Amino acid sequence: MSASTETRPAPAPARLRLPFAPRLWTLVQGLLIPTLSVFTAILVGSILILLNGRDPITAFEGLFEGAFLEPRGLLATFRNMTPLVLSGVSVAFAFKSGLFNIGAQGQLIIASVVAAWAGFSIKGLPPVLHVTLALAAAGVAGAIWGAIPGALKAYADAHEVITTIMLNYIAMQFATWLISTGSADGTIKPGPLSNPNSMDAIPRTPPILESAELPVIYTVPPNFELHIGIFIAIIATIAIWFLLYKTTFGFQLRMVGLSATAAKYAGVNVKRNMILTMAIAGMLAGLAGGIQTLGVNHGYEANQSLALGFDGITVAFLAGNNPIGVNFSAFLFGAMDAGTTRMSRTADVAKELIQVIQALILMFVAADQIIRRLYRLRAVGRGPIIRRETP
Amino acid sequence: MSEVQFGLAIVATINAAIRFSVPITLGSLCGILGERSGIVNIGIEGMMLMSAFTGFMTNVFLSRPEVSATLQDAPVRLTIALAVALLTGAAMGLLHGVLSIQYKIDQIISGAVLNILALGLTGYFYQREAPTLGKLPDLIRNPWPRSESVELRLADNFTFYLPHDIGRILFDKDLITYLSILLVFVLGWALYHTTWGLRTRSVGENPRAADTLGIDVYRIQYTNLALGGMLAGLAGAFLTLAAVGLFEQGMTAGRGFIALAVMIFGNWRPSGALKGSLLFGFAMALQNQLQLFGINFPHQLVGMLPYILTIVVLAGFVGRAQPPAHVGKAYEQE
Repeated sequence: MSASTETRPAPAPARLRLPFAPRLWTLVQGLLIPTLSVFTAILVGSILILLNGRDPITAFEGLFEGAFLEPRGLLATFRNMTPLVLSGVSVAFAFKSGLFNIGAQGQLIIASVVAAWAGFSIKGLPPVLHVTLALAAAGVAGAIWGAIPGALKAYADAHEVITTIMLNYIAMQFATWLISTGSADGTIKPGPLSNPNSMDAIPRTPPILESAELPVIYTVPPNFELHIGIFIAIIATIAIWFLLYKTTFGFQLRMVGLSATAAKYAGVNVKRNMILTMAIAGMLAGLAGGIQTLGVNHGYEANQSLALGFDGITVAFLAGNNPIGVNFSAFLFGAMDAGTTRMSRTADVAKELIQVIQALILMFVAADQIIRRLYRLRAVGRGPIIRRETP
Repeated sequence: MSEVQFGLAIVATINAAIRFSVPITLGSLCGILGERSGIVNIGIEGMMLMSAFTGFMTNVFLSRPEVSATLQDAPVRLTIALAVALLTGAAMGLLHGVLSIQYKIDQIISGAVLNILALGLTGYFYQREAPTLGKLPDLIRNPWPRSESVELRLADNFTFYLPHDIGRILFDKDLITYLSILLVFVLGWALYHTTWGLRTRSVGENPRAADTLGIDVYRIQYTNLALGGMLAGLAGAFLTLAAVGLFEQGMTAGRGFIALAVMIFGNWRPSGALKGSLLFGFAMALQNQLQLFGINFPHQLVGMLPYILTIVVLAGFVGRAQPPAHVGKAYEQE
């Protein structure tokens, strides 16, 4: 990034340890932009609702009830946020090292299928061992799918954004083939992982064995189950935070993110670092896919995780790419997803409104100058949250 | 499978390949305009989808019975719809510009915003089964009827009718199909033989040097994003006003990303984009037509090929993709 290093002062070196009060103020400042971004996006969403001749108050009341109040509201929020936490922390982690993981979606899909495969094909294992094995298989699958663009970037200088986009589509097509039902006259064979006894037209794998299902914490009749995935996700974010800020590898990784050249001269193996970073990011996204398969769908079916990986990008940026913060932004997104059904039912507002709001949140968080201008905020010397240096 | 008419199937496959390749060609021209002036655009998909939607909705609106008959006349109605689609594309391009040039947010994020926004907005305002008075007609009808053609029998089930079959490939196409091929040559020429082309390329390679020589870097970038947006808009219009004639949610189905792949595949040149999109269009057509030839190969595996090829080319295993030197990086004027 030669042009910007010429013109822009280098990022501040090691952060000074400020006294408590200013530190608190910095924290508030840090939360201000994301909060105002969400608020503004909801405001624009309300205008869209009005344009369609519906009532925004009823709509957001419905959203709130669906996300928090109904018997399953909050639990659904927790269940929805789980994969978002993991795909969000996957994107955030890679970003810390200057890599853009648009490929969380593909990593997630491959891992979902592998988890289902491990879940239905391995028989005779005790429950704890089986589910652990299936989840580990998902993590490994995601890690491999993530390491490919890492290696392509390290050794062939292929930009990770393009390769991950391509790998997303390869993953989608491959997964679709694996579970495809074949042609009716039998000339095209069904995919190797398809369910021969499927009752409906949706292509899917056979259901996983009970021993591979994630343990359930709480059940709401008739059929809502909250599995333990949320704890796995939160623990993963803490582990990633520890890895990034308390270990040598994490330090090196962030150093590569700030300046690959400097890191190279300091003796960091940038190439190895890149591959490892993408593999870990892939593993995190893979766990998200595995948890969906083992906890929610109990198998893999077509389009089960349509946009979870892409939503991870927004979740990560809303949290300023902070691994712990990802929990909170994913909570918000999980709540929105949980509330949409109720919102569209009570206020007759199309579900896609939430997508518009989420896109606007991403836009406002990324272009914080818009928010600063709108609300007459002074710049606080802390540049945009999102700035990366491509190694 | 003796009942298969290979002659028919080959013509159908070629026509399907052309139909697939039109939006991809236009989309990758959109990508080329942006990247040649230093702006990565992963939002082509969103631009296409949004324009496909607005073009279609304009067509729907003008098809209502209460609209005056002069506006409902096919040429007028479709011209307006096409114009709206083009303007939508340009607006999306300018939004990408404002976000990534003025507000300097990462071009990848800005592109992602376009994609999510388009998916959300089109889904939100989508109306099921909205009727229209029709889509773009074929520009030139095949002048060679089958009855007057010579029968060329290569085998029992392998017959061509000449020149009828050639006419079916060359004609019976709508305006946008011909336009897209024309645009490839116009842009290919303009990029290397006009002042605008030279400026565009120099901004993409070295904006600092271009700036020093008095070229308004941002202006070039905004212009190219707006023009590129119109090309993506034309691609969207092709889907809803020419090929399908209907809008469905998420109907671009990754064509914008294939366009991105084709742009790389064609080494950031318009002529390469045309070759690339015909190749990819052919792969997609085969995907649907394999069964016609009696080949029982899962079409999803064929569908993976364009993406694998792109990675292979990008990684330099075959040939070498050479992106503009300063692509993807925000330029800051001094």
